[in-house]
Amino acid sequence: MTTAQVQIHLKKGVADPEGGNTLKALELLGFDSAVDVKSARLFEISLDEDDPDKAKQIVEEMCRKLLANPVIHDYTISLK
Amino acid sequence: MRIEDVKVCVLYIEGTNCEEESYWSFKRLGASSEKVHLKQLIGSDVNEDEKRNLLDYDIVMIPGGFSSGDYVRAGAILGARVKSSLVIELVEFGKEGRPILGICNGFQVLVELGLLPAFNGFMSPVPQVALATNDSAKYECRPSLLKHENHGNCVFTKNLPKEKVILVPVAHTEGKFVLPQSKEQEMLRKMEEMDMIVFKYVDPEGNYAGYPWNPNGSLENIAGICNAEGNIFGMMPHPERVFYQYQHPDWTRKSARKDGDGKVIFESVLEYVTKTF
Repeated sequence: MTTAQVQIHLKKGVADPEGGNTLKALELLGFDSAVDVKSARLFEISLDEDDPDKAKQIVEEMCRKLLANPVIHDYTISLK
Repeated sequence: MRIEDVKVCVLYIEGTNCEEESYWSFKRLGASSEKVHLKQLIGSDVNEDEKRNLLDYDIVMIPGGFSSGDYVRAGAILGARVKSSLVIELVEFGKEGRPILGICNGFQVLVELGLLPAFNGFMSPVPQVALATNDSAKYECRPSLLKHENHGNCVFTKNLPKEKVILVPVAHTEGKFVLPQSKEQEMLRKMEEMDMIVFKYVDPEGNYAGYPWNPNGSLENIAGICNAEGNIFGMMPHPERVFYQYQHPDWTRKSARKDGDGKVIFESVLEYVTKTF
């Protein structure tokens, strides 16, 4: 069994209104040291696969086919 | 083909919420419209008499709403479900020139499926554009003004004069039309050359203006596009919500005519089908 953590984030240069609004709210709450917020999405996927190379390959396919839109998203995969 | 013989499939699953208006938009014009659950087309978990074949229909419409809760991304789950179970029929349907319409969430589904814009071939394996979160980061639900930009390729706007401005409401959080940054200008040029741009957001003077006239921050104010063949069309605003004039916000001041600005979309495609097939 392998657990994969997949983080989907916006590509550099793609507008991140969710991050921007979160930053504004943090500033309103008095967190003056906050200078930037980037939003991302995390999926934790359990796989019935012990080979880490194969597991990574499968999760990459999941990203391509569903979890990320390559026009605006990048993704990182870490296996546990 | 007679209009009453035109069979329209209004596809729905959990979370779609405009299937009723969409169904009636075709029905009121005389077509044989039907709301069809995805499971009826796949043939799973339904009775024998409820099963339907996609290829028995002449028009497919994917309505608006929040299919599958907009989980992962708006339209991504329904796109994946269609791709896994109906893709052969859907591609055959589209390749025969039969029209496919996606409104709002339906547009997002067509993008996720790779049916729009589909630059190389009929369907791209991964999305080639994105409908990203609105620049305002909120749900934009109000009237918008659209200028008709198509030169005659799109079968859904053939009865609408070029450059005519119509009022159609938007209701979405993820509608910002985005192209890959590295290919933005090249792809835009291609879309213009292939007559794939159908609607752009404008201000009351017909200018390509910024927010609030462009409700989501779409690149080049793009609100709706079609494929190179012109038979697959997606738009973020909801024409089915302005079928009658009294659905317009200013209907008490402009009550002289009966038709709403969205009706022409449904009239155009039905005329195309009755004349072509």
